[in-house]
Amino acid sequence: MGTSGQVTSAKQQSQGNGNAEKQRTRRTFFSPFSVALGRSVRWASRLAHRGGSALPGAIVEKVDPGFLARTLAQIPLGVVLVSGTNGKTTTTRMIAHMFEDLGLRVFTNPTGSNFTRGVVSALVSSASLSGKIDADIAVLELDEAYAVHFVQQVRPRYSVLLNVLRDQLDRFGEIDTTASLLRAVAQHTSKTVVLNREDPRISALSAAVPSGCNVQYFGISEQLRTLFPTDDAMRNSSAENNVSENLPHALAVLETVGKHHATYLLDGKRFETDVKLEGVYNLYNAAAALALVTQVVRDVKSRSQQLIAGSGTKKTPANLERWQRLQRFSAVTKHDIVTAVSQVTPAFGRGETIDVDCTAVELVLVKNPMGFRMALASFDPHATDTMIAINDEYADGRDMSWLWDVDFDSLRDSGVAMVSGVRAWDMALRLGYEQVPVARVEENLQSALHEFLVESTGTTGTDESAGTDKSVAPDETAGTDARLESTEFGTNKTKRIYCTYTAMLALRSELGRITEVTDAGVGA
Amino acid sequence: MDENTKQCSVQSMAMSENSERVQHAQNAQNQAKRVLDIVSLYPNDMNIYGDWGNVLTLLRRAESYGYTPVLHEINQGDAWPEHVDLIVGGGGQDTGQSRIMDDLHARAAQIRKYAEDGVPMLMICGLYQLFGDFFETSTGERIAGIGVFPAQTYGKDLRLIGNITVHSNDFGDVVGYENHSGQTFLGHGVLPLGTVDREQMGNNAEDLQEGARYRNVIGTYLHGSILPKNPRVADFLLRQAAVHRYGEFVDYSSAEGRAYREYLDQTAERARKVAMSRPR
Repeated sequence: MGTSGQVTSAKQQSQGNGNAEKQRTRRTFFSPFSVALGRSVRWASRLAHRGGSALPGAIVEKVDPGFLARTLAQIPLGVVLVSGTNGKTTTTRMIAHMFEDLGLRVFTNPTGSNFTRGVVSALVSSASLSGKIDADIAVLELDEAYAVHFVQQVRPRYSVLLNVLRDQLDRFGEIDTTASLLRAVAQHTSKTVVLNREDPRISALSAAVPSGCNVQYFGISEQLRTLFPTDDAMRNSSAENNVSENLPHALAVLETVGKHHATYLLDGKRFETDVKLEGVYNLYNAAAALALVTQVVRDVKSRSQQLIAGSGTKKTPANLERWQRLQRFSAVTKHDIVTAVSQVTPAFGRGETIDVDCTAVELVLVKNPMGFRMALASFDPHATDTMIAINDEYADGRDMSWLWDVDFDSLRDSGVAMVSGVRAWDMALRLGYEQVPVARVEENLQSALHEFLVESTGTTGTDESAGTDKSVAPDETAGTDARLESTEFGTNKTKRIYCTYTAMLALRSELGRITEVTDAGVGA
Repeated sequence: MDENTKQCSVQSMAMSENSERVQHAQNAQNQAKRVLDIVSLYPNDMNIYGDWGNVLTLLRRAESYGYTPVLHEINQGDAWPEHVDLIVGGGGQDTGQSRIMDDLHARAAQIRKYAEDGVPMLMICGLYQLFGDFFETSTGERIAGIGVFPAQTYGKDLRLIGNITVHSNDFGDVVGYENHSGQTFLGHGVLPLGTVDREQMGNNAEDLQEGARYRNVIGTYLHGSILPKNPRVADFLLRQAAVHRYGEFVDYSSAEGRAYREYLDQTAERARKVAMSRPR
C-alpha cells in the first residue's frame, strides 16, 4: 500500500513538472543492483580508511538517480523532514525515539549526514539487497540548503520547520534567504507542515503551504516568551516587539519549565512530565516533536482501515507484523506521547554529559547567537566550572560577529575558567568587554581541556594554584584590574564546556582518550 | 531640512526662562559628569552583524577615559536626543533596510548637518551604502541614499566575503570580516578608510580601496565587530565626540580604568594577530 500512497502525492506534484517527476522515479539498468553497488563501495572505501559515510551515496546517486525517491516511497507512513537553524538533530532524534517508543520501525539518517547524499548512504546500509526498506516511517534531518534539493526528489508527507536564525550567514548570505529555502520545503509537503508559531519568519510560511496540506503549530506560553526573543529582537529583550496579537492555536505548547521537569499543553490538555533533556531550548524543540507525533497518530487513526487493508494485501509475516504495529500505534493516547517524550535523552553535544573520574563534564554545542543565549539561559553557571571553546573553521562559520550578539552577563559572577579554540582571543575580548572574569586563555584545545579538567577537579596542583595562579592577563604584565581578577574555581564541580562544532568534535575525541565516550555516529 | 531647523528654533524660543535655567543647571551637571551622548541608529532593524559590539566598545572605553556615555537607541519615528556626540549604525537584511528607508530620508538633512558639524559617525555595511548617493540593484532599480558623502553602490552577483585587513594611514591595520554583494565606488572629496592587498575585497572587486572617510564620518564594510579588535578606530571616534561636545578631549582615566583598557587592548592585539592569520 505504501507505494500507492506515494504515487498519489507524486501525481499531485508532477503537475507542470512531468519530466522531472519521471526522472525521479526512473529505474535505470543498474537499479536492481544499487544497494549491492553502494554496499561494495562502502566496504571498499572503509578499507581505504576514507570513513566512507557519503561516498556510496555519491556513487548510487550517479548511477541510479531514482534510488532515493523509489526506496523512500515504500515507507507506508511516509517521510518526516525536519529542518531549521537550531535543534534539527535533537528534534529529529526526539521524533525518531518517540515513534520507536510507540512501537513503530523508524528509518532515520545518522547525526551529521544531514544532506541528500547522506540520506542515500543511510538507505544503502539499511535496505535489503533487493532495495526493500523495513520501516513504517522515515524521520530525516536536512540542512536548509539540502532540504530544498531533497524535496525536488522526494515530497515529504510531513515537515517540521523549527526556526530561522543568524547562523552561517557567510554561507546563505541573509536570514531571509534561509527563510526562502524553508519556504520551498513547506511548498512541497503533502500532508502537514508543523511550524514554530513564535518565529515570525517560520509562521509566515503558512501562506506557502499548498492547498490540501494542513498547518499545525508548536509554541511557548506567554511567560516563557521573553526567554526566546526572535532574532530581530535579540538586542531588545522586551517581549512586546515579537508577540503578535492574534497567535494561531498551537497543537503543542511548552507552558512551564523546571529542572528536569516541564508542562506541556497538548491539544489544549495540560500534561506535567519529568524529562531527561537539559536546557529550555531542548524542551521547546520537544514541543515540535509532540505536535508532529500527535498529528501522525491522528492521521493513522483516521486512515487505519485503509492502512490495514494496504498492509494486508499480501499476507506475508512481515506485512502482518507491520499491520499489528500500525494497529497498536493507532491506539496511542496523548498520555503515551508525553511519556515517550519524557524518555528522550539529549543528543551528542547537545547537553550531553560525559563522566571523567566521577566528575560530570557537559558538552554544549553553540553555533549561533540564539543557540548560545538559550544555552546560557538553560544552565546554571553557579557551582560549575565553565570553559568556552570557539573555532572558526568552515563548519563553525568564519565570521566572529555572532559572539557580540550573545549576552554573557550571566557568567559575570562565576567567571570563566578557560577560553580555548582558534578564536580564543576573540572570545576573551568579548568577555572582557562584558566584564566577565577569564582565568585562562589557551588556544590549543587539547592542552586547554587537560588543564581545565585537572585544575578544576583539583587532582593536581596545590590550593595556591587554584586561586591565585590564574592570571587573566594576555601576557604576564597586565591584568591588575579588580573586576578581572579570577574568582576561585573549586573542586569536583560540574564542568561545562560551551563549544562550536569543530571544537566539540576535537574535545569529544580528546575526552574519548581519557574516558569512555559513546559513539554518536558522527563519523567522517 | 528647513522645516526641521525651523521647528527647533520655534521650540527653543518657546522655552520659558525657568526651563532655560533648569537646562543650564543640567548642562553644568552633565559637564561635570562629562557626558557623551551616543546614538545607536536603528538597532532594531540594522544590527545584523554583531553591531552591538561597536556600541558596547564605545560605552566601555568612554567610561575608561573618565567620561559618562549615555546611549540613545533611535529607531523609526524616535526623536533625536538634545545632544548628539557620536552616531553608530549597522547593516541589515534587505527587509530591515526597506523598513528604515522612509525614516532615514526624513532624517537626511539633520544627519548631513551633524556630519558637517564634525559629529563622528561609524556606519557599517548597509548604512554605509545608504550614506552615499544611491544603491543600484542588479535589476537596475535605484534606491536613493542620503548623500552624506559622494559614493555609488551597485548590486552585483559576486559576494565579497571573508576575513579582511585594511591598511590605513591613521589607524594602522584595521581587521574585520566583510560580507556584501553591493560594490561601492567613492566619488571626489571622499577618501577611503584604507587599502587592501588583493582585488575582490573591500569596497568593490576592483580598486583595492575599503571604506570611506568624510570629515569625522567613517563608512566601512568591516564587521566582526570592527571596534573591539580595532581600538584605535574606537578611540578616534571617542576623541572626536569629546571635541565636538567639550572642544577638547582630555584623558581622565583612573588607574583602574587605564588597567582595564590595557587589558582589553592586549587581548585585542592577540585577537587581531589570529584574525590576520586566518583563511579568507
